[in-house]
Amino acid sequence: MADKLKFAFYWAASCGGCEVAVLDIDEKILDVAEIADIVFWPVALDFKVKDVEAMDDGSIDVCFFNGAIRNSEQEHIAKLLRQKSGALVAFGACAVLGGIPGLANFHHRKSIFDRVYSETESTVNPDGKRPKTTFAVAEGDLYLPEFYNTVVRLEDVVEVDYYMPGCPPTPEMILEAVTAIAEGKLPPKGATFGNIKTVCDTCERKKEEKKVKGFKRIHEAVDVDPEKCFLEQGIICAGSVTRDGCGARCLDANMPCRGCFGPADDVVDQGAQLVSTIATLLETDDLKEIEEAMAALPDLAGYAYRFSLPDSLLRRTVVDELEESKGGPTGGPAGGPKKGPDDDDRGGGKKGVAAE
Amino acid sequence: MTAKHAFEPKIVAFLCNWCSYTAADLAGTARRKYPFNARIIRVMCTGRLDPAFVLKAFAEGADGVLISGCHPQECHYISGNYKAYKRSMAIKNLIADLGIEPERFTMTFASASEGEKFAGIVRELTETVRALGPMGRVSDRLARYSQFKQDDIVAGGEDLG
Repeated sequence: MADKLKFAFYWAASCGGCEVAVLDIDEKILDVAEIADIVFWPVALDFKVKDVEAMDDGSIDVCFFNGAIRNSEQEHIAKLLRQKSGALVAFGACAVLGGIPGLANFHHRKSIFDRVYSETESTVNPDGKRPKTTFAVAEGDLYLPEFYNTVVRLEDVVEVDYYMPGCPPTPEMILEAVTAIAEGKLPPKGATFGNIKTVCDTCERKKEEKKVKGFKRIHEAVDVDPEKCFLEQGIICAGSVTRDGCGARCLDANMPCRGCFGPADDVVDQGAQLVSTIATLLETDDLKEIEEAMAALPDLAGYAYRFSLPDSLLRRTVVDELEESKGGPTGGPAGGPKKGPDDDDRGGGKKGVAAE
Repeated sequence: MTAKHAFEPKIVAFLCNWCSYTAADLAGTARRKYPFNARIIRVMCTGRLDPAFVLKAFAEGADGVLISGCHPQECHYISGNYKAYKRSMAIKNLIADLGIEPERFTMTFASASEGEKFAGIVRELTETVRALGPMGRVSDRLARYSQFKQDDIVAGGEDLG
């Protein structure tokens, strides 16, 4: 028992799919149980945060942390687990890149709260109540985590030792990592699991002349040729800018790459690179046609940064909460009704009325 | 910068070696007056420009970005300016979703003999951007809202367990 490794799993802003992915290695999980004890895993085991706090610093050998950082509790646990762990692995697209929760960076706290607590079709909230971070009851103060304005990657709050991208990471990759840990053959610190090349490198579709008349998204396409490169069919695919390591499994299933492994090694900004790629596929040299075709690309930023907005150069929409509440610049994302200036730029809805 | 710190837009201008950079040169030698706001970066061809250059400029606090190359059909490398134009129009689409007014970014054409035209391009973009106001660095904006990396919650914070 004492010789066994100690693993921890944690989830922050994520869907829980990464937790299931751990079990995707099937019966090999028993081999993992042979070599390691799991000392913290909120989704499956009944250890508490205070148990982690009681551990010695660095006593957890490897912590697999999935999910982005979106609120103060997640940041708190990330820092706690960093302190208690020898190696911290950013596990899955959300921890590595920000992931799907990172799409919230197209908005900001105020517009998200306005939408969730006032505007959705099913919301009934005539007093405009918002959650507070503290609330006093007879038994004492109650706390809620502070909802941050911006979703950030795990590496933005703590030092990360290894990156394991994917939505979720593949079973092969998880096994590779666990085996490497068991044999003490870990890659150099800061390494990303997966390949350095792009998904196109493993994709077996036929790639010939890339010249298209226009673009569509996969759900708008009929008669998709399952043998031919998506880009050559005018269907937006992120394979040419995305890190390989998945084995091009979406493409085998006749779906274009969505980019969950993040930018390949030489790509600075995944979305910018994708924009660069698809723009030059357009066949015409007529300026007017170019303008129309590019303006017609639907939800370009949403596709280009589906998993990597917090990992991009701009990291979020630049219309910020303060400007938005003042009426702000035009051209930004819809932010909902403007309800006067917010006096505290880090308030987390503190001004709101507590729900009772 | 005046004593009152009036807003002077910072514009990053990527100019191709063969046409627009020479146009800027001509504007200078011909003593054309135009705003000093453009910071010119010479590239061999606008086709060399990665959209990440534009985003990086905005992220680092540029208030406007200009790409200028050879006129259609006059590219020194045959098609570089078309590639740049396609990318530029896509960049406009992209930055609009990211909350940056598309007017802050433009791609134009100016040949080596068009010094006055180049001066006019810079003048126009400067005034457009001046009216839109400053952008600021993305890192400053993030810092304004977040406590990330600033204080260690583990050491001093409340128990959230």
